[in-house]
Amino acid sequence: MSIIFYMGVDVSAQEKNAWILGVIAVLGYAVYLGLLLSSDAGALTERPYAPIMLWTIGSGILAGIVINILVGIIAGMFRRDARRVDQRDRQIARFGDQVGQSFVVLGAVSALVLAMLKADSFWIANVIYLGFVLSAVLGSVSKVLGYRRGLPEW
Amino acid sequence: MVKPTRVSNRIRALRATHGEMTQAELADRIGVTRQTVIAIEQGRYSPTLELAFQIARVFGVGLDAVFQYPDTHEGASR
Repeated sequence: MSIIFYMGVDVSAQEKNAWILGVIAVLGYAVYLGLLLSSDAGALTERPYAPIMLWTIGSGILAGIVINILVGIIAGMFRRDARRVDQRDRQIARFGDQVGQSFVVLGAVSALVLAMLKADSFWIANVIYLGFVLSAVLGSVSKVLGYRRGLPEW
Repeated sequence: MVKPTRVSNRIRALRATHGEMTQAELADRIGVTRQTVIAIEQGRYSPTLELAFQIARVFGVGLDAVFQYPDTHEGASR
């Protein structure tokens, strides 16, 4: 009941969005790893990771859009300003994006090193995907902390 | 990592003395979410200077009557 109250009424639209994207990123990656590891196609690098990766990324994006719309509709039934975005939302979004972006860069640098070492494309693709997932998860965590505890002041 | 703001405010008291204005009413008047008004009241968010002026204007008082900042040095000149 409290989670319904939390998601439906007393949380700004952007904080809900951060929760949704973070949870979907974790679930999407868990599904990807589950399918990849349960695949019975020989060595890890021989397994068909590309279609599984594309499906989980695509499904995650679609799920994020659909759930966001549904939560927005439900919240709109309780509050007329449910979709309002203000300066605090924008500052927290910028902070979360900055945190998330660092992991995209980390993933790209790791992929660069792997490419230079002539690693299998499986590992290059997976380290980039992991960078995206960490970016989404830690970006979302930073945003939620920004809402719950306040933005850091340097 | 997070350093709480040193800015304190009297928004809750001012709402009470202005016809028990609700947080939602104040949020509507200054164009922010109710959660932002709550965060400002609890000292979890420092509003921009422009928003601070808007809040003060709603209550018809000066900025000093809404927000306070402690002196960092004894005998600091004003």
